[in-house]
Amino acid sequence: MSDDAVFRALADASRRALLDRLHARNGQTLGELCAGLAMTRQAVTKHLAILEDANLIATQRLGREKLHFINPVPINDIAERWIGKFNRPRLAALAHLKRKLEGENDA
Amino acid sequence: MPDATSTFVYVTFIRTTPERLWQALTDAETMRHYWFGMHQAAEWKAGAAWQLIFADGRVADSGEILECDPPHRLVIKWRNEFRDELKAEGYGRCVITLEPIAGAVKLTITHSIDQPESKLIGAVSGGWPRILSNLKSYLETGRLALDPAARP
Repeated sequence: MSDDAVFRALADASRRALLDRLHARNGQTLGELCAGLAMTRQAVTKHLAILEDANLIATQRLGREKLHFINPVPINDIAERWIGKFNRPRLAALAHLKRKLEGENDA
Repeated sequence: MPDATSTFVYVTFIRTTPERLWQALTDAETMRHYWFGMHQAAEWKAGAAWQLIFADGRVADSGEILECDPPHRLVIKWRNEFRDELKAEGYGRCVITLEPIAGAVKLTITHSIDQPESKLIGAVSGGWPRILSNLKSYLETGRLALDPAARP
């Protein structure tokens, strides 16, 4: 479960979009995750496998269904290691400023 | 997942043994190190009362041990006690499983409650990742990832 696997998994817009969908609604099936996406079911399956290998998602079986959950722990590990040593309040202030300047939609 | 339920799943892989991890999860003194001064008070057996206690002695959450199978599985019936809007949601369930995998232990925490858009699950979602990062760092290196003064 290396940081490399996490960074590699995150270095893809489709996979980040899948994480965003799980962040919006946790515990979705493959079918639900595919709905409205311009990706084949096979492509989504492949991306989910990469995310699971990096421990960025966890899956659980509920009857015949496999549900996908976002797992924030590896990203938190990275944040503690790479960001925690810097000044958190200052970073939060910068992030806030960026949101203000760029509009409220992202960040 | 039925829409009436809110669930979060947290998974971390820790280079340790199930026995050491179980001890860290159930020993009050060890817990204080990585849980920002908080600890759980319980007799670790099914049916026993369970509490999560702040560093200053106030009760944060309370409930009951539903299952206790060391060093594999622990299920806690869990209700918030210090914020009215969270307490009003009633009891949720926290299922903790430990699985040995290639020199490490896969620790899975599944926290759920039969409430859509649960505030309790939202509140614990900020805490668990930080606690687990700290626990992993503590068991693997003997050091904490976060300063104990930084509250979750």
